[in-house]
Amino acid sequence: MNYVFDGSYQGFLCCVFECFEMKEWHAVPVAEGLFQPDIFLPERTIFTDVDKAQRIQNGLKSKFGKLIVDDIYRAFLSEDPVAWQAAYYIMVRLFQGQTDVLENFGDTQVLYFHQTLKKVSRERHRMKAFIRFSKSNDGLYYAIIEPDFNVLPLILSFFRNRYADMPWIIYDVKRKYGFYYDTVAVSEIEIDTTEQKNLQSSSLTIALDERDELFKRLWKQYFKSTNIEARRNIKLHVQHVPKRYWKYLVEKQR
Amino acid sequence: MNVLERIEEKLMILADAAKYDVSCSSSGSKRKNTGGIGDASSSGICHTYTEDGRCVSLLKILLTNHCIYDCAFCVSRKSNDVKRAAFTVEEVVDLTMNFYRRNYIEGLFLSSGIFKNADFTMERLLRIVKKLRLEERYNGYIHLKTIPGASEELIQEAGLYVDRMSINLEMPTEAGLKLVAPEKSHDAVRKPLQFVNTKIQTFQNEKKLIKHTPTFVPAGQSTQMVIGATPENDWEIMSVADEFYKKYQLKRVYYSGYIPINNTDTNLPQIGTRPPLIRENRLYQTDWLLRFYNFSLNEILNPAFTQLDLDIDPKLGWALRNLHLFPVDINKADYQTIIRVPGIGRGSAMKIVSARKYGSLREYQLKKMGIAYNRAKHFITCADSVTPLGFKYAPQLKNIILQTGNSKYKQEIAENQLKLF
Ligand code: SF4
Repeated sequence: MNYVFDGSYQGFLCCVFECFEMKEWHAVPVAEGLFQPDIFLPERTIFTDVDKAQRIQNGLKSKFGKLIVDDIYRAFLSEDPVAWQAAYYIMVRLFQGQTDVLENFGDTQVLYFHQTLKKVSRERHRMKAFIRFSKSNDGLYYAIIEPDFNVLPLILSFFRNRYADMPWIIYDVKRKYGFYYDTVAVSEIEIDTTEQKNLQSSSLTIALDERDELFKRLWKQYFKSTNIEARRNIKLHVQHVPKRYWKYLVEKQR
Repeated sequence: MNVLERIEEKLMILADAAKYDVSCSSSGSKRKNTGGIGDASSSGICHTYTEDGRCVSLLKILLTNHCIYDCAFCVSRKSNDVKRAAFTVEEVVDLTMNFYRRNYIEGLFLSSGIFKNADFTMERLLRIVKKLRLEERYNGYIHLKTIPGASEELIQEAGLYVDRMSINLEMPTEAGLKLVAPEKSHDAVRKPLQFVNTKIQTFQNEKKLIKHTPTFVPAGQSTQMVIGATPENDWEIMSVADEFYKKYQLKRVYYSGYIPINNTDTNLPQIGTRPPLIRENRLYQTDWLLRFYNFSLNEILNPAFTQLDLDIDPKLGWALRNLHLFPVDINKADYQTIIRVPGIGRGSAMKIVSARKYGSLREYQLKKMGIAYNRAKHFITCADSVTPLGFKYAPQLKNIILQTGNSKYKQEIAENQLKLF
């Protein structure tokens, strides 16, 4: 049995609800967009019901603790269908009473789940490191990102705590949403395509702070000067800063 | 020259002069944002990596490269014909804040050549640190390199504002140091390390009693030794490190392969000599084994074995010298024994110990747990291991390991260490 859900996290949790309600232990959740109908497998569309999702979430939290809830959510943000199935498998086992399922690293699904968490966590860490703010002439700091996984929700509290006294926007162009912090609260924003273009080519509608170019230049200078030529090791450099991130790294531009 | 060009030039000179201090760690502090900007990430963040593959976490600069001393190994030495520059207090603060707000850096690593005298220099550094904390309300990371010979009052005051302090041993032994910097001594390093360490303990004890005790150097102290400039062997180097870790409770000892910058002093390797990068790496690996793998120094280095192997890592070297302790049964051995197996790290060892509760582990399961199986397999048995045909002796085993799988060893040597052979 395939459960076809709408691709949202709530929808994903509703699949677990359905599984227990229908006692269909071999069901597999698949997201709508990714779903390829299989003539040999029956399918059912699972409607997203916030209440049901909430019940699953609360159940996980009260029975197995907040850490597990966080981990399931993180695995979900990987946007990897195989990891989703592993996360789903783990939730079902947990609710069936196998409370220590997560420690069984010999189980392929469990191992995959942990490996996914590691990947998501690495990407989250990279975003904390690789985000570069530009400053506009009205004092807004903004940054564009294109992370491998949907990690933006996972880095918000970090940026809110650290950059508490300045307004900022972090925008994920791949997933077309972002967050705006006005020095009091964070709110989600969506930008239409023309505005998004302007953000990327910078300086078109967003006028930069007059000293922004200067600090970009100084940072590039610093990056060059702090390098030790006699120790040159480009392989290691690229391993730490993979090329796909260069687009938004000031120091890697021209 | 306009203002912009001047600051750009200063940055070029003073970042260049500061880069030989290899520490760039921003970890170990939990400073919170108390109504201003910034905080410290306890595990540290590398915001980028240089083209030599080193972490860039902090804006690492000298306040000035003017110096009254003439240490032969140092680019800023008095007799060296280099361009000199000095930042103003305001310039350092402005750079730090603007880099920080753009998320380029975790904080500032500030050090300086000694101009006029130690206290005069230290007092200037202190002014920068205070301005950041008190006027800019900056809570990001600050690493301050103390100036040897600065007064305890100044050091103590600085300790209230910075996260980490360091003072470098420079050469691993007093004798080595005297060769290249007769005006310097290890005692001048021990004294401030001792002083700050005692203060750290006092503040920590007070904090247990009174919650609002201010923090004092919360990320602890570190030091650096230059490797390969003077003739100390690895055992001597690691003995010093071991002693300093224990005596002054250092958070880190850094080993910095000497990069030749001086052709006038014939005591030093001449320009063009490659820095001993593999050796440096082996020392870090040894350091790691001592701090996190429960090895004691004499297991890895001792008077009879004074130089680390360059072609294999120190854990493998130790295992090959102690084959009687192997093979280890992965399904029975305790965690401490498993982490000593070449090719198995702490993370994988934890996974193994956790997973085997669900049944004896087999080869295919181990392979997926992130261990270097091709190396580890010679030292372990698991549920479906075939009994090895006759036991191998160390040189033979070493050859097998060097030839199969991990060609990493050979490459490293070929790329960096040709000069040694
Ligand atoms: S005192 Fe410090 S800056 Fe001056 S020459 Fe010696 S090592 Fe270099």
